[in-house]
Amino acid sequence: MPLYAAIIYSADVDWSLPEYADETKEYMAFSESAAAVIRGGAALYPTATATTVTVQGGKGGDVVLSDGPYAETKEALTGFYLLECADLDEAIRHAATIPGAWNGAIEVRPVLPLMS
Amino acid sequence: MTTGETTPGVGSVMSSAPLRPDARVSSDVVGSGGIPGEPMPTDAMAADAMPADAMQADLALAEFLRSEGRRVVATLTRQLGDLTLAEDAVQDASLRALQAWTRDGVPENPRAWLFVSAKRRAIDILRREKTRFDKERQATIMTALAAPDDAPHDLEDDQLRLIFTCCHPALSTEAQVALSLRVLCGLTVAEVARSLLVSEQTMAKRLTRARTKIAKARIPYVVPGPDELPDRVNGVTTTVYLLFGEGYASLSDGPALRSALADEAIRLGRLLTVLLPGSPAVEGLLATMLLQHSRLPARFDANGDVVLLADQDRALWNSALINEGVALAAAAITHSPRQPARFAVTAAIAGCHALAADPSETDWLAILSWYDVLATIDPNPVVKLNRAAALAESGFPAEALAEVDALAGLDSYFWFHATRAELLARQGAAAEASVAAQRALQLTDSEPQRRLLRLRYPPVPGATSSGVPL
Repeated sequence: MPLYAAIIYSADVDWSLPEYADETKEYMAFSESAAAVIRGGAALYPTATATTVTVQGGKGGDVVLSDGPYAETKEALTGFYLLECADLDEAIRHAATIPGAWNGAIEVRPVLPLMS
Repeated sequence: MTTGETTPGVGSVMSSAPLRPDARVSSDVVGSGGIPGEPMPTDAMAADAMPADAMQADLALAEFLRSEGRRVVATLTRQLGDLTLAEDAVQDASLRALQAWTRDGVPENPRAWLFVSAKRRAIDILRREKTRFDKERQATIMTALAAPDDAPHDLEDDQLRLIFTCCHPALSTEAQVALSLRVLCGLTVAEVARSLLVSEQTMAKRLTRARTKIAKARIPYVVPGPDELPDRVNGVTTTVYLLFGEGYASLSDGPALRSALADEAIRLGRLLTVLLPGSPAVEGLLATMLLQHSRLPARFDANGDVVLLADQDRALWNSALINEGVALAAAAITHSPRQPARFAVTAAIAGCHALAADPSETDWLAILSWYDVLATIDPNPVVKLNRAAALAESGFPAEALAEVDALAGLDSYFWFHATRAELLARQGAAAEASVAAQRALQLTDSEPQRRLLRLRYPPVPGATSSGVPL
């Protein structure tokens, strides 16, 4: 069955803070209810912790680091799930129950099989 | 120009040439797994080498193949689970059929012939283009193909699945319309491009993107379940009505009238009533299309000029379509009394027009109140524009003009300027009407519409499109 990445874009927050405990519980509830299709996933620390890496001049070139995310946007990439579903409709049904769907947006994308 | 009815689509150009399957069968498919009795294509059978009457027959056959091909695509897609592969295979098979049937005559069961041939073509394509399918997919398709021949049995079900696949909400509206024109109506890429007024290259890209998404993201080939159906019906009915609008608009482009697209949209509408009996949205959609289509014989005069609703010879209206449409419109309203479906309301409006034996008998106040209902469901400026037209016909032309002038966002909309021109002319403001008509002229490619505008609102000395003389 194909894999889908459900990529969560929402407010750029620090999930480890106690003030987000309620929301974190909602995510845990999702993880339980969709356990049958979840093949992986993680929440991410806020974009303030991000380091962007580029190699200038192509492969083997100079490694250049910059502080922060690649693109500054109001909604940040805050986490993702890997879901194994029969088709897009099933993936959408699950994505719609991810808490990020009601205070942000979930991008659902098919995962390219690495080995075939 | 105020017709007081919702006018689908804007003018567009559509070829009247029947479709030919694109000549993409190359010599490498010929000879692999031919079906019994199927001759190999030869140059001698090429269409351009044919005499004129054979050419005529050839074109009729191509038209017939198009409609059969669409049905076979639907069934084959169910079997293969792959829309693109099914389309490619049926296209190849259609070309072979055209050649074989021209020579040997149409077989007893053309659909079964096409279906078997298309299955063989699918196997050819799978073997030839291994990189196009991953191994898992290839295995699935091969298993499906190895299954005993499944002659198309539940055609309507297959086509309904295909409508819902092409109109899946995960695809953009543009992609939904383009894909439906291509897959459900069988138009070529060039024709789809022409009818949607984009370049062929753009359309080819848009279709490829949509097909890739269907394949890679696995947009399912199913009729949605009862809980999802209400949401999906909205997109499907809207798309089918846009298809109808394309046919409706293309009819205005000269003598080469083409109602095939409108007929096709009506066929799809009928199909939806099979799936959703008693759905006010579907009943309303079909009623709206039937009632608008009923006026087709009266919409143009012998010169191909537009005849406005008020001037049409009502004896030419198709009374069978009107009776069916009015009954469906009534049912649509009855089935959604408190919160009418959008198409139930457009059907009611079309019904009010259809029931007037004479323009003076048109119940404009009823139409106006239906537009009020429509504006609460869909408060977009086009609805308000049509409401204003009904207001003018109800005896309030000055109020109507004020409402039209207050509308924003319609500056590039043909009917906005055309309606303004008419309202201004009725107020005796000939110069201003002429300016509005000039603007409308710039926004339509339809020759009949242009002739009508020039005739009705002749240029007034001193009035230019850049401003109104004080």
